[in-house]
Amino acid sequence: MTVLEEGIARPHAAAERASAWSVAHDWVTTVDHKKLGVMYVASALMFFLIAGFEATLIRIQLAVPNNDFLPPDTFNRLFTMHGTTMVFLVGMPMFFGFANYLTPLMIGARDLAFPRMNAFGFWLFLFGGILLYFSFLGGDGLYGAGTAPDVGWFAYAPLTGKAFSRGNSTDYWILGILVSGLGSTGTALNLATTIFTMRCPGMTWSKLPLFVWLMLVDCLLTLVILTPLTAAQVMLLLDRYLGAHFFDTQAGGSAVLWQHFFWFFGHPEVYVLIMPAFAIMNEIVPVFSRNPLFGYPFMVGATVLIGFISLSVWAHHMFVVGLSPAANTFFALSTMAIAVPTGIKIFNWLGTMWGGKIRFTVPMLWCTGFLFSFVIAGLTGVMLAVVPWDWQLSDSYFVVAHFHFVLIGGLLFTLFAAIYYWFPKVTGKMMDERLGKLHFWVFAAGFYLTFVPMHFPGLLGMPRRIYTYEAGRGWDELNLISSLGVAVQLVGLSFFLWNLVRSLLRGEPAGDDPWDAWTLEWSTTSPPPEYNFEQIPVVHSRRPLWDLKHPEDPDWRYE
Amino acid sequence: MLSAVAACASGIGRAIAADAPVDAIPTMFEPVSTPAESIRSLSFLVMGISGGIFVVVTAVLFYCVWRFRARPGDDREPPQVYGSNQIEWSWTIVPILIVLVLFLATARTINELQASEVPPEALRVTIVGHQWWWEIRYPDLGVVTANELHLPASRPGERRPTYLHLESADVIHSFWIPQLSGKTDVVPNRRNLMWVEPHTTGTFLGQCAEYCGTQHAKMLLRAIVHEPGEFDAWVAAQKQPATVVDAVADGRAIFQSTACINCHTVEGTNANGRFGPDLTHLMSRTTIGSGAASNTPENLRAWIASPDHFKPGALMPAMQLADNDLDKLTAWLLTLQ
Repeated sequence: MTVLEEGIARPHAAAERASAWSVAHDWVTTVDHKKLGVMYVASALMFFLIAGFEATLIRIQLAVPNNDFLPPDTFNRLFTMHGTTMVFLVGMPMFFGFANYLTPLMIGARDLAFPRMNAFGFWLFLFGGILLYFSFLGGDGLYGAGTAPDVGWFAYAPLTGKAFSRGNSTDYWILGILVSGLGSTGTALNLATTIFTMRCPGMTWSKLPLFVWLMLVDCLLTLVILTPLTAAQVMLLLDRYLGAHFFDTQAGGSAVLWQHFFWFFGHPEVYVLIMPAFAIMNEIVPVFSRNPLFGYPFMVGATVLIGFISLSVWAHHMFVVGLSPAANTFFALSTMAIAVPTGIKIFNWLGTMWGGKIRFTVPMLWCTGFLFSFVIAGLTGVMLAVVPWDWQLSDSYFVVAHFHFVLIGGLLFTLFAAIYYWFPKVTGKMMDERLGKLHFWVFAAGFYLTFVPMHFPGLLGMPRRIYTYEAGRGWDELNLISSLGVAVQLVGLSFFLWNLVRSLLRGEPAGDDPWDAWTLEWSTTSPPPEYNFEQIPVVHSRRPLWDLKHPEDPDWRYE
Repeated sequence: MLSAVAACASGIGRAIAADAPVDAIPTMFEPVSTPAESIRSLSFLVMGISGGIFVVVTAVLFYCVWRFRARPGDDREPPQVYGSNQIEWSWTIVPILIVLVLFLATARTINELQASEVPPEALRVTIVGHQWWWEIRYPDLGVVTANELHLPASRPGERRPTYLHLESADVIHSFWIPQLSGKTDVVPNRRNLMWVEPHTTGTFLGQCAEYCGTQHAKMLLRAIVHEPGEFDAWVAAQKQPATVVDAVADGRAIFQSTACINCHTVEGTNANGRFGPDLTHLMSRTTIGSGAASNTPENLRAWIASPDHFKPGALMPAMQLADNDLDKLTAWLLTLQ
């Protein structure tokens, strides 16, 4: 106990005003996991605004039938860039940002195992993203054909072949993602190594915060799946420039092979994106329910199980390509099976809330919103696993609604929760509760307005990725409501941006532990010093700060 | 519960499109063919089960939110509960049982619907996806058409299912007419098989469901289901070569002497291109440009002058004909009944 108390002794504040140049130099050359974490999240927010702008243009175009607000090629570029950006330049860096910032603090370490590689990974990601966006300027190449990529974020062959995609737009897609993917591979390796080797004394596997468990599984999953994608992208480059015929159907290549490669990456990738949401839930729900997380060993088991099963579900994206009945049956089973550990997670969060005294602060509001959205997302996911029904639903707007429930109602809601929750730790200032609540209610209303009606055009036969549609098919009103919902979301988002700026400039001082929380990051100062802890702490339970605050009734008696 | 929601959605759509023809809405909830009917039944089972789960889980969520909210002024920590193995196992095993039910229903329907062999009484059709239109060939009947699939209705005494071989000339497309069946991808260098067995006559809409480039949105499909006798009459008419009308011989000459013949076929002329749709019986179709516009004389003329007007990015070039020639060409095309 004494060791821990010494560990949280305050480091001295060194608050001298530095010049802009030295501040910039400091951020660009830093290898500090906290600064890199903040830069990851800030870059991801920037790309999020860009992708949101693209989505807004898409929804304006689809608001009414036979609209000519956007030409078809522009529309196709926008949905390609929106999808690619959200997955690779928002979801992934958000994951690495929070993992970077919080993992060492939660396991009582001073930094990641390889700080320089960490910085290298971040800059690869950032410049990979910039390379992708440079396509708007450079994609014309010498051919005058195409600017930004327009092959969809899944880049199905043979649409990506030279015959159908002239110019360099597809090359920007390949290279931008390949470069940022290399960064992700390095960072995943780095984080996993850190978690394996740098946990503080006493932090056994059964005392590891669940956030860190999730990040470990997530990193290992990233390592397994990103490499096949990178390989497939190299094969595609060979096809395009050196006359290989992996995916070139005109010369005997296989279009289905690309889909196997892509979805072997692409489906586990969805779990890579959603696991940070689970991780955030695991931290925030207990703290504001004032209960320890219900069923810790089952949560760990469910996480590891999801990690494994997610590697064997990829062909549920391919139920309509004409696989054999045996293959379709297998992938239906594996896909439905993954609902079981996912359900266990939801039940355990409800179990955590049960019997607690729930404080509905802004982070907890977002987490509650997550639970509601994610139940819907999970159930529509099971519907998509029912193969014959998927033959109707696949590639329809139903799927679009489903995965936006996963990634907005699921992931983004918890990312907002995480920003409100850890902002005080990162900046030493609180975010405004009133603006935060406005942000939550308005944005959530906009989200449901946009994405609940979006399920139905899919059931009524509306395919995805069409730039316009005929009037009178029963899709008109539903699409208009969806588009209006975007306007509401934008209002909600503006409350968030205003809150962010305002709180950065003049937020209330936060103190070390504003939420009365239990994990190690709250034992150091806000913001933490570069070395995180003066002394490496020693822990005896999953909630070291609970033990500290309740010496009469510590957790280690029950674990 | 969710099935009611779905039926509602269908109803909303129908109310919105009250003035359009009955089959304007390609909804999977109003199937007219065997595979689509089985899929709807399965979907009702799944919606029922998921609806039940949704109600139970969200009820627990709302109960927690209301019952366990912190009361103002109460700062004491609640009794700490770490978990319970009995509860964990029960909410593991119950979902496993539900998954098992869903899986068995799914596996059964997969085996019932997924085609492997073509029965001898079946009508065979080859569908070739192109950027951005559908080539439709009846190999046993010697009929070639485009974008509008004509089918016989199947009657209890006289079953006439139709088996579709799906091929692609370029990239991946997906063949989808929701009221007939689910979709099946049309993959280059691969031959997929699907089947339909419609019981109701009428026109049913669909479109390409896999992103295939610029004009993916305007790659529409329609299926026209006939009474069996009516279908045979349609086949007989389609097997005729193009009509010859002397009054429009100029138009025919223009067609035969320009680039039109590189891409289009008209039986009975020197035009035998296969890059674009067969025009032998162009006027028997209700739309042009794969559903981009209805097949009226004005639209046809405007299409030849500039396909981009209806379908920006369409692979047919603007033909750059003088107004006079355009009139003559259109007049000839209008005779291709």
